[in-house]
Amino acid sequence: MSSTTNKPRTADEIGVPDHFPYMHPVMKENHGNWDWHERPRPGVLRHISKSGDEIFTIRAGTQRQMDVFTIRKLCDIGDTYAEGHVRFTTRSNIEYLVADEAKVAPLIEALGEAGFPVGGTGASVTMISHTQGWLHCDIPGTDASGVVKSLMNYLHKEFVQEKMPNRLRITTSCCQINCGGQGDIAINVQYTKPPKINHDLVANVCERPAVVARCPVAAIRPAMVDGKPTLEIDEKKCVCCGACYPPCPPMQINGADSTKIAIWVGGKHSNARTKPTFHKLAVANLPNNPPHWPEVTAVVRKIVEAYKADAKHWERMGEWIDRIGWNRFFDMTDLAFTKHHLDTWDGSRKTMNASSHIHF
Amino acid sequence: MKDGDSIDDKSKETNQHPTPMLDELENGPWPSFVTGLKRLRDAKGETYAPMMNDLLGQLEHSYENRMGFWKGGTVSVYGYGGGVIPRFSEVAEKFPESKEFHTLRIMPPPGFHYTTDLLRSMCDIWERHGSGLIAFHGQSGDIMFQGCTSENTQPAFDALNELGFDLGGAGPALRTAMSCVGQARCEQSCFDEARAHRGIINRFLDEMHRPSLPYKFKFKFSGCGNDCVNAIHRADFAVIGTWRDDIKIDQKKVKEHVAEKGRKYTIDTVVSMCPTRAISLNDDDTLEIDNPSCVRCMHCINVMTKALSPGDDKGVSVMIGGKRSLKVGDLMGTMIVPFMKLDTDEDYEKLEEFAETCIEFFADNALEHERVGETIDRIGLPAFLDAVGVEPDPNMVNHPRTSSYVRTDDFDEEAAKWFERKAREAGLTVAGE
Repeated sequence: MSSTTNKPRTADEIGVPDHFPYMHPVMKENHGNWDWHERPRPGVLRHISKSGDEIFTIRAGTQRQMDVFTIRKLCDIGDTYAEGHVRFTTRSNIEYLVADEAKVAPLIEALGEAGFPVGGTGASVTMISHTQGWLHCDIPGTDASGVVKSLMNYLHKEFVQEKMPNRLRITTSCCQINCGGQGDIAINVQYTKPPKINHDLVANVCERPAVVARCPVAAIRPAMVDGKPTLEIDEKKCVCCGACYPPCPPMQINGADSTKIAIWVGGKHSNARTKPTFHKLAVANLPNNPPHWPEVTAVVRKIVEAYKADAKHWERMGEWIDRIGWNRFFDMTDLAFTKHHLDTWDGSRKTMNASSHIHF
Repeated sequence: MKDGDSIDDKSKETNQHPTPMLDELENGPWPSFVTGLKRLRDAKGETYAPMMNDLLGQLEHSYENRMGFWKGGTVSVYGYGGGVIPRFSEVAEKFPESKEFHTLRIMPPPGFHYTTDLLRSMCDIWERHGSGLIAFHGQSGDIMFQGCTSENTQPAFDALNELGFDLGGAGPALRTAMSCVGQARCEQSCFDEARAHRGIINRFLDEMHRPSLPYKFKFKFSGCGNDCVNAIHRADFAVIGTWRDDIKIDQKKVKEHVAEKGRKYTIDTVVSMCPTRAISLNDDDTLEIDNPSCVRCMHCINVMTKALSPGDDKGVSVMIGGKRSLKVGDLMGTMIVPFMKLDTDEDYEKLEEFAETCIEFFADNALEHERVGETIDRIGLPAFLDAVGVEPDPNMVNHPRTSSYVRTDDFDEEAAKWFERKAREAGLTVAGE
């Protein structure tokens, strides 16, 4: 090879690409001029422009981590039954855009035959937003893809219909950083033991002052072990958050038995009705039990069923619990309320009931 | 399995790792990522097939041991300091073909629009240089091209770059942004999300490609208060569409809605659910809205999509400081700019300039590994407002302070500023000007 072919190519720093070349022509023509929309059936949106034009959106669930053969299959369906234009939702559903209503039914049939469930609109349980897990992450406590697959097998029936009180957003995260985000139900790794430190490696792998600074409760301090500079943990102070693990992998926070799963409820991003809210602890210490995580599914099932049976139309999970009260939530879901549900973090008194309002 | 082969025969023949636990995840009605991984493993003649066999082996090993086995490192492409997520296997002696399994974070078009042609081109590139595994999309908003060797990272990026795509953010840097479908398809959109998104990110690309900020800084753009990209909680700088004139009502369609859904149902789901009690249903089944009390929450518009819509005098709110738990706990963004018009070139320029002010403030003032929301907590909102040149506004708070521990000896001067600002807004001449 000559030296010129060895010279790296200088990148074209394009940044965020222009979206118009990929947009369906009807969407391009009616950009910013839409009038109203409806959902003719679960998984289908019909948007009507002020110009009178219409666009149909057919939404289908995917496995998010897709092989090229799955993507090409989705493209084949898009070329044969739709109009070659698709988009993805923030929760990894694919959306086919078609201007011709006659294409909607055959497209739905083709997606069904290929194993892609059509749904995820309106008051349904849509795809779970999730993180990488054991497949790719460097700090994962579980495999979000597996948890999600197990849960979506059960929730499939609620994906393809709109029979919930309002939309139900579920998220899954493989560590307490919670990349999956807030959810009506959030299924998150919860560590239960302080990190186990490999003192042989700390000095070479970790920038020790940065690790000390990373601890939210100041439980880490420099130490010498067997003549080697390392770090030690005040295990009484440690809240087992795992914040030290990313900057210092020898501080192993995960353990086959000590990494547990907690379920949180009532998170909401939308401003509709109530202001956005954080999710709150429902239950902790569920086993991290691949490949089906049955204990997690069982709790999610109870919460989903209680919400579905009792919430009013348009109430999100958190709004429903606000109305019925937390004691009824714990009753209806057969979950325990413990001292660990009482917040002890900064500002925690603001989460306590400072009134005589009680629920029976 | 085909032709009645036993698992052992087939595994022996192809050196496939047995994956009994993962196999369980091929069952059930939801599309299976495991089946997809196996399709890649079984792709005859493809260079990535052995890599995916070992990848499946390592993943099964994780399922058995309930532990992850990847570590980070340093891999990048020429001229860039970020955008590639390096992954080296800690169990490479068992699974050597997938010992390097890096991810390229590639920024998608705003609103996640694709043609099938574009997706096919991306697949072709990733078959040639990577593992054939792509996630649409990561929680960061990037297309995640997962599974690349160190050697192939540069040619993979070159090919994607020639296709018209660029690396996104990683590490202490400006991160890939997200925007909702917005004006492309949604009647509730209050600004051109993609224009703001591209304008801001492409102006500060240097901060993305060569990480030098104290920590990550994220922008997200939602066309209305429904906040479909979860901006308020998940962005350091959230731009949310809103309007300041009256909600538009088509009373004929209101009556049709009441006739179809029923009066009680309309009262229960629209009137009673208004967070500020700003709606009432008249005796003739038309709606009355107390617009100055409306907080633009979007609920009634979501329910009555034909009868109600956002007003005409649209613009955006900017909320700053949202983040997830590390390390002080979750924070929602705080309302910093309650309303800003976003129509003209000058308006968009003004938003970009404000974004620049905030990034510069962050670069200069945040501690290492501190998000801007934490910086605001540390220094107090008044100091932040002063630094970014924004005046205090009642829309920034749920309620004024409840603690008396504050020094107020310049209260009169501060109050004078408020009255001057109000006078200016009302078009009056301010004394001394």
